[in-house]
Amino acid sequence: MTVEAVMPQTQADTDVAALQARIEQLEAQVAELAERVPEDRVTIVVFSGELDRLLAAFIIATGALALGQEVSMFFTFWGLNAIRKKRSFEGKSLMEKMLDVMTASPAAPAGMGLSRMNFFGVGASLMKRMMRQKNVETLDDLISLAEEMGATIYSCAMSQHVMGIAQEELRDSAEEAGVAGFLADALKSRVTLFI
Amino acid sequence: MSTPTFDQELDVRGLNCPMPLVKARQTIMKMEPGQVLKVLATDRGSVKDFQGWVKTAKNVELVAQEEVQQDGQSIFVHYVKRTS
Repeated sequence: MTVEAVMPQTQADTDVAALQARIEQLEAQVAELAERVPEDRVTIVVFSGELDRLLAAFIIATGALALGQEVSMFFTFWGLNAIRKKRSFEGKSLMEKMLDVMTASPAAPAGMGLSRMNFFGVGASLMKRMMRQKNVETLDDLISLAEEMGATIYSCAMSQHVMGIAQEELRDSAEEAGVAGFLADALKSRVTLFI
Repeated sequence: MSTPTFDQELDVRGLNCPMPLVKARQTIMKMEPGQVLKVLATDRGSVKDFQGWVKTAKNVELVAQEEVQQDGQSIFVHYVKRTS
């Protein structure tokens, strides 16, 4: 067998093998990139417990849900009061009970103040009256709406522990989570907000 | 511009952000692909909201938008088509 007779075929084989290897390599890269592309998701950290800030958080959440986005809401510190359904003093320390009495809940979100011009609740009452006159949804309604539309509600286990808030005091939809739980969703989101 | 044909009408006059959008989505998700929903709103922000909705969601298309005057107030009319 002469070298010339063998060469063309061998060269073609090598080319095909090289191409195949290259395609496999690219496919692997595409698969890896696909995992890194954000989902249609909006993640909101709700840190604040004031009426105005909570309204903003829930209007954005329901708006995003209406746009067909997935929504994850992570409630921490004062924000936990927004998703409290009842107050229970059972098994709580004096400090924890005091904190309960001093924060707006379970009358929450009804008893919540404004972040500015609250004037011991007068500002919040006036604002609520103005909102009612102009037919704006109440915070209560927006929270229920977000829940119905499928927002994922996480409660920060650490804040609950510090403030002595039991899971039973929160809405049934709330799941306990930590910072990594929030970050896992935030890293896959197109938008992440801290309110 | 001739008035587009529509299959269902939704009246959200008097409602504020984000309710026109929320109600429109809830209604259109119950409709068939290819059908058009006519939405009547007084919320001025709904004009941009509906434009943002069709830009973000993959299953809706804005057929037309118009502003009409009725009893001295502006009514924003949106025609949204469910595409899939």
